[in-house]
Amino acid sequence: MRNITYGQAIREAMHEEMIRNSSVFIIGEDMGVMGSVFGLTKGFLEEFGPNRVIDTPISENGFTGMAVGAAMRGLRPIVEIMYIDFTPISLDPIVNQAAKLRYMTGGQVSIPLVIRTPGGAGRRNAGQHSQSLEALFTHFPGLKVIAPGTPYDAKGLLKSAIRDDDPVICVEHKILYAKKGEVPEEEYLIPLGKADVKRSGKDVTIIAYSRQILFALEAAKELKKQGIEAEVIDLRTLVPLDWDTIQQSIKKTHRVVLVQEGVKRNGYMGEIASQIIDELFDYLDAPVKRVAGLNVIPPFSPALEDHIYPNPQDIFKAVMEIVD
Amino acid sequence: MKKKDKELYIKFYQEMQRLRSFELKASELFTQAMLAGNIHTYIGQEAVAVGACNALKESDYIVCTHRGHGQCIARGCKPNLMMAELFGKQTGYCKGKGGSMHIADLNRGILGANGIVGAGLAIGTGSGLASKITEKNEVTLVFFGDGASNEGYFHESINMASAWKLPVVYLCENNKYGVSVCIDRVCNVEDIAERAKAYNIPGMIVDGNNVFEIYNAVQKAAEHARQGKGPSLIEAKTYRYHGHYEGDPQVYKSKTEIEKWLNHDAIENIKKEILSKGFASEEELKIIEEKNKAEIEEAVAFAKDSPYPDVREVTDDVYTTDNERGVVR
Repeated sequence: MRNITYGQAIREAMHEEMIRNSSVFIIGEDMGVMGSVFGLTKGFLEEFGPNRVIDTPISENGFTGMAVGAAMRGLRPIVEIMYIDFTPISLDPIVNQAAKLRYMTGGQVSIPLVIRTPGGAGRRNAGQHSQSLEALFTHFPGLKVIAPGTPYDAKGLLKSAIRDDDPVICVEHKILYAKKGEVPEEEYLIPLGKADVKRSGKDVTIIAYSRQILFALEAAKELKKQGIEAEVIDLRTLVPLDWDTIQQSIKKTHRVVLVQEGVKRNGYMGEIASQIIDELFDYLDAPVKRVAGLNVIPPFSPALEDHIYPNPQDIFKAVMEIVD
Repeated sequence: MKKKDKELYIKFYQEMQRLRSFELKASELFTQAMLAGNIHTYIGQEAVAVGACNALKESDYIVCTHRGHGQCIARGCKPNLMMAELFGKQTGYCKGKGGSMHIADLNRGILGANGIVGAGLAIGTGSGLASKITEKNEVTLVFFGDGASNEGYFHESINMASAWKLPVVYLCENNKYGVSVCIDRVCNVEDIAERAKAYNIPGMIVDGNNVFEIYNAVQKAAEHARQGKGPSLIEAKTYRYHGHYEGDPQVYKSKTEIEKWLNHDAIENIKKEILSKGFASEEELKIIEEKNKAEIEEAVAFAKDSPYPDVREVTDDVYTTDNERGVVR
């Protein structure tokens, strides 16, 4: 199978869906002439024209709100918010409008909107360009949230998100854009709300998403050297959650380590931990363990930044603490 | 002024009077504790909605404000389904999930009222963008207030609509107050329409209590938009007779100001004109008024007789697909 980058996979997903459905259009900063700051839409403007590939002014609140209006009219906008750190500027259209308008109109409208936005640390961009804010969006009923960690998942999930009739926040990881992985030539979709067991094991369950899934798999390799078989679950979609896959695994391994890059306090894995304790307590042979980012602001200096988010060694250590 | 014929006078009178009947009844019901939550009445501003909606085509769209009852009725919402929504009943426009501030009727091109001041500016501009992308010759009219004109949404939306020549009419109902704060205390521009210059689009100031002025201005702006020339900003200077919400003691208004506006009432003015021009008699206008009142009474009866939503509906429509899982997990 061919190998392409995560960025290329996202590009292909958008490209194929733009061809498939003329209601799909792209709107955001630098999406047209420049082809996006990460180069994901190069050539789209020439191919699809300025009505479907729209370069906006730096007005995140305005153009996100406009995308909601266009979605109410039956179009399928793909909005890019250049960095997830900028989404707080456009929170009202996301959390008060897109998330709520179906419910508040008694089901009169759907909001088939995708908001793509890269998060994550590791590029020495400091506190306003390096955060992981996905937990924020999982808080709001009405939004769906995906956070792919591989090129294969990114393409299949984004295509499903574009076809979905609800607003979907697609949290990408900027470090992953250049990472390669197997992606078939032929078309495929990955349904929203379906986790993927990336590695089977019987001794401990490691649950992660986005970039941390790669670290979890690295940790699992090291654990194998210690005779520990870790099962690694990639959530892929945070809302709606694939609870079945989680519970099946924990009922088998009786131990769980939850991994996220974002700050620990009020992180998404705190919610998963809580659901596990509520519903699977009797199956657990050890405390639920969380491995997460420090409760700090992403610092600039490389000497500091690499210490704020989990690495494979941290995951390895956490597993060793709960395995006999 | 064109089209100022008898029929139009009577039609405008009938429609404005109908909005007022609805709102006076809603206010009365609220005072009697028949309605939950809050309502924001449109009394005093009827000419704006009636003039504007009559200037639009069937295929056009509107976006309303939190003070949106009048705008919805003027665009064709049925008073009984609206009243049912105010009562929180299952038969309401939003099945009791939106209430007074959030009535939408997609069948009538009403993209909804909104509880977030200014949000409608972006939604309406997005509707204009949709018309441009799909190459449809529709116009979207955005109602908003003087308060919303100080939100970032106002600047960002009009700037983009102007840059891309989107078919949008921005209609500011300047009723002088954002809750309690008079616009002249928080804005150093005499006329909000003056801001049109900042976006290089036409700006118009009209008497918001003169239905013909609104009607003509919106016709002109809609035609401008339909010809691909982009948006316009119309400021209708008007006044809300009641408080921001029902029960608001309105300590921020002076008696002389209130009297000044009451003496310039849109409905009374058109009534006087109709009588002086001999378009109708007092009795004929009284019949119109009685008919409106009867319709509103029927709407109240319909709302009262309607069932509340079943409690099981509380989790419906959060999502279009995978709703059950999305709500549980």
